[in-house]
Amino acid sequence: MIISVASGKGGTGKTTVAVNLALSLKNIQLLDCDVEEPNAHIFLKPRIDGEKKATIPVPEVDEVKCTYCGKCREVCAYHAIAVLPGNDGKKGNVLVFPHLCHGCGACRLLCLQGAIKEVDREIGVIEIGAKGDLQFIHGRLNIGEAMSPPLIRQVKEYINATRTVIIDAPPGTSCPVITAVKGSDFCVLVTEPTPFGLNDLILAVEVLRKLQIPFGVVINRSDIGDGKVEDYCRTENIPVLMKIPFSREIAVSYSEGVPIVESDVSYKDKFINLYLDICKIKK
Amino acid sequence: MKQIVVISGKGGTGKTVVTASLAALAKNKVMVDCDVDAADLHLLLHPTVKERHEFRSGQSAVIDSNLCKKCGKCALVCRFGAIKIDYTIEPFSCEGCALCSHICPHGAIHMKENLAGEWFVSDTQHGPFVHAKLGIAEENSGKLVAKIRQIAKELAEKQNLNYVIIDGPPGIGCPVIASLSGVDCVLIVTEPTLSGLHDAQRVMELAKHFNISIKLVVNKYDLNLAMTQRIEEFCRKQDVPVIGKIVFDKTVVKALVAGKTIVEYAECAVGDEIRKVWEDIQ
Repeated sequence: MIISVASGKGGTGKTTVAVNLALSLKNIQLLDCDVEEPNAHIFLKPRIDGEKKATIPVPEVDEVKCTYCGKCREVCAYHAIAVLPGNDGKKGNVLVFPHLCHGCGACRLLCLQGAIKEVDREIGVIEIGAKGDLQFIHGRLNIGEAMSPPLIRQVKEYINATRTVIIDAPPGTSCPVITAVKGSDFCVLVTEPTPFGLNDLILAVEVLRKLQIPFGVVINRSDIGDGKVEDYCRTENIPVLMKIPFSREIAVSYSEGVPIVESDVSYKDKFINLYLDICKIKK
Repeated sequence: MKQIVVISGKGGTGKTVVTASLAALAKNKVMVDCDVDAADLHLLLHPTVKERHEFRSGQSAVIDSNLCKKCGKCALVCRFGAIKIDYTIEPFSCEGCALCSHICPHGAIHMKENLAGEWFVSDTQHGPFVHAKLGIAEENSGKLVAKIRQIAKELAEKQNLNYVIIDGPPGIGCPVIASLSGVDCVLIVTEPTLSGLHDAQRVMELAKHFNISIKLVVNKYDLNLAMTQRIEEFCRKQDVPVIGKIVFDKTVVKALVAGKTIVEYAECAVGDEIRKVWEDIQ
């Protein structure tokens, strides 16, 4: 089973839920797909065994074969290629803007002269590791890199179907989140009982309904704020799977990178129950 | 006219609480919410929408089942896994590259422009506010951010305003880059946690990459004084001034629930510190 942990709003406790759930169960693979700001490793402190560069293919033009016909520019939906035709016997010029390229391969396939090949451009790294029996993989997007979905897809290529897979997703409701949660059997939405938490929960619920992924809610810092998140879940028939009350001790151990199940072992049973409740809903 | 963006790397550190307070404190400015896929600033500024515009951006493939011969060429070339086995398009996977439409020998695929969201120009009791709503599960958030920043800048120039104050999204990717390109000052709001520090370092590196002046605020600093010190030491090494340290106070949540900015809601140390931050930025 693949369980993703997401939220519209950032900082509600996605990583806390993903890591503590992973540490409470057996036969787990944890994928941190928040590749812009990966944090799960801070709490898990895994041993890293391997590293792989994440790349996307970008075009390279052979200016000997190129006739500057402009076909590549015409087919590139991302304006990642500019072609200056030659005139008065002067050679033309082709400019590639790799940061705009999505790596779709249209220019190479549709070039009439066969003048384009693709070369790898690095966008980040994938690190593969373990903590005891737990398998751990995360992606880390290079600074200044705009596109995270290709890296998220490459992290997800490591999914090991023989294990319970837990995916820590990025915040928001746009392409990085969709890429991370797509294909999950269940999604845990972590929120907080504030107007911000509720507003962004409603957006996240819309996303999951559109993707047709079953989901439930975990309310973090459940005793600070108001009751509107619970009212909403009741009206919408969304199961509230767990509530984590605010505690200064949890906040402090979080700040030092200590998982809840290590600072308060009674939470282990609560996270096991969260998993069992998810299994029940899935049946 | 100066443009200031509030970002954090990590989500939930208090960007919007700080930005909303700046809205109440700053004079002659336009506010912008660039967290277009999970916008929250409107919950504190209570805008009256004056203008509403569609945001059309990007495209998706559509297969005409009458013309499709199920030859499979499209599925063979699509690198995004967007062609389903029944020869329909999986819209969440299609990145709009249009390669399938070029390659289809039967002319069965055409591209359709996406309605990717909406953007608004509004009035608030604190002045004009430009904001947006990205369509659910849509892409091109960076382009929507660029659009509303351009609108806000034009509005500021036309009305002779002193500041464009921008609430940025979390992360370091496409909408964040669009939020901070060309601004005069980046205000990073972080929290005294290992995650907060880790993420602030990455976002700081991003701002340096774009050569923008950086200031930093530690929110809820008293939750871990040792970690706050670590952040301050890091900032000293990076030549980034720490211009505020905000205490943890549950009144902030009460103000949120009341739909008010903390500086309007109550006289408290949090509000005083944000006032100091604004003076420093000025």
